[in-house]
Amino acid sequence: MSTDYYLRSVAGTDEGEQQLRPRSELTARELMREVGSVLRMSEAEAARLGDLPDDPDEDQTMIINMGPQHPSTHGVLRLMLELQGETVLRCKPIIGYLHTGMEKTGETLTYTQGGTNVTRMDYLSPIANELAFAMATEKLLGIDGEIPERAVWIRMLMAEMSRMASHLLFMATNGMDLGAVSMMIYGWREREEVLRFFQEVTGLRMNHNYIRPGGVAADLPAGWRDGVLEILEMLPPRLDEYDTLMTGQPIWRERLQGVGVITPQEALALGATGPILRSTGVEWDLRRDQPYLHYDQLEFDVIVGSYGDAFDRYAIRLAEIRESMEIVRQILEHMPEGDYRIQDKKVTPPPRARIDESMEALIHHFKIFTEGFKVPEGEAYVGLEGPRGEIGCYIVSDGSANPYRMHMREPSFVNIQCLPHMMRGGLVADAVAVISSVDPVLGGVDR
Amino acid sequence: MSVPDDVRFVARDGYLDTIKALVDEGFTTCIDLTAVDYLELAGRSLPEAAGEIVPERFEVVVNLLDMMHRRRVRVRVQVPEADPDLPTLFDMYPGTEAMEREVFDMFGIEFVDHPDLTRILMPEDWVGHPLRKDYEVGRIPVQFKGAHA
Repeated sequence: MSTDYYLRSVAGTDEGEQQLRPRSELTARELMREVGSVLRMSEAEAARLGDLPDDPDEDQTMIINMGPQHPSTHGVLRLMLELQGETVLRCKPIIGYLHTGMEKTGETLTYTQGGTNVTRMDYLSPIANELAFAMATEKLLGIDGEIPERAVWIRMLMAEMSRMASHLLFMATNGMDLGAVSMMIYGWREREEVLRFFQEVTGLRMNHNYIRPGGVAADLPAGWRDGVLEILEMLPPRLDEYDTLMTGQPIWRERLQGVGVITPQEALALGATGPILRSTGVEWDLRRDQPYLHYDQLEFDVIVGSYGDAFDRYAIRLAEIRESMEIVRQILEHMPEGDYRIQDKKVTPPPRARIDESMEALIHHFKIFTEGFKVPEGEAYVGLEGPRGEIGCYIVSDGSANPYRMHMREPSFVNIQCLPHMMRGGLVADAVAVISSVDPVLGGVDR
Repeated sequence: MSVPDDVRFVARDGYLDTIKALVDEGFTTCIDLTAVDYLELAGRSLPEAAGEIVPERFEVVVNLLDMMHRRRVRVRVQVPEADPDLPTLFDMYPGTEAMEREVFDMFGIEFVDHPDLTRILMPEDWVGHPLRKDYEVGRIPVQFKGAHA
């Protein structure tokens, strides 16, 4: 970065344009930084990248905007693409269209209310968000080892069901983006079944606020086991249908194989996690490698790819649905009886029946829901494996009932940085496949 | 249950060297980079592990991950209010590009030598840095006075 551009860009508070700068203003080093390849390319290679061997004339390239309202950008993502003919030379994701300051809002909400806020960030994996928030709060409270067994297993059940719902939706959108429109209907249909189960358990299809500091909001309803078994029975033949429709199908393979390739070095350097990192062959799954809840008591495989392309990312997600079903089966066997939330008067409201007969219980209930509970000073970070990668929650407490600072590490926000790498040198028609394979949720990206 | 946190405090001068040393130790991935504005807790004291390091208004928090040894480290670096800037980690972790832009956008902390230090979430002509504690929360008046909004 030349000094004067740098100074110009940070002089005031309204600095900086979010633009791709013309090629003529870039030196080779800047171009190299822009594509984020410092670690992997020599200066000479980067210089070659800067040249356009076929058309040294700058007019031959064109900068176009894809989005923010393009149907296949999964919400309001805008990509600036520099094209030469059909080839993508550079790509810059521009985000922020859904930014509503949820981290700031989180500072004004109590720990009891916080769940309603974080669950709306990555709206396709609400349970994972709530779980991260609840676990970070529990860590600050020092009760993270005292959560009742049943609550822990319910949390795992819900987290895995949520992963299935999220990946099923990915199947739908990925199919739609690539022209397999009937797949869209199938994916939504299966996801709806899972959401129906969520509705029975939490009362809501999405944005559940079900996992709360200290446990979960309510015990599993009568007949929940049947609901889970129905889904486990319904899904396998449907997933086999997906295999017929997509996995083995030549057009599908042609569209995805070798498209949007990313190397393990790039993925690690860019902080990518989840299916993107695993598609490159790096075995990293927090459920296995830094187990939380009771994942260490379960048997499951970490699915990895080998090429790091869009097809691997598709296949990994499909296999992860099957793996999650396997985990859910084991959870059904393990599910113990007992409390679904910690019996700690500080964080747990009294049972509903007590409120009718006891004035103290009523006051206690009222206090917890109006004032919340105070959390000791300190800071805590909890990371867990969401459907899209590591969902982390960093909370700083000043000893009051509201977090002093609440930060969510959203996997989509970090993963989206892989787009320029995956797209470079590819065709503009493949751009859609690449965006789709990253599976960003813009609610999580922008928060 | 959860892995105990390894938290390290560092002054701004030693920031880059500390991170470089951690890269050499095997922390290959920067999982998260964020900041906290301690304006309302001015005069706070840092835990004993911080040693001589003086608390400042801003703190940048970097979460690094070493997949080989399955360990994490959290680096907390103090950034003074008067000249809020830090060297960028982009050269070691290109993945901090967006995170540093977010911290710049939300807190106004400048990352020296960052390749593209522009606003990322707020509109480019926005004035102010929303996650600073002296930046008001916009709100719709509620009917019950004194209630938490």
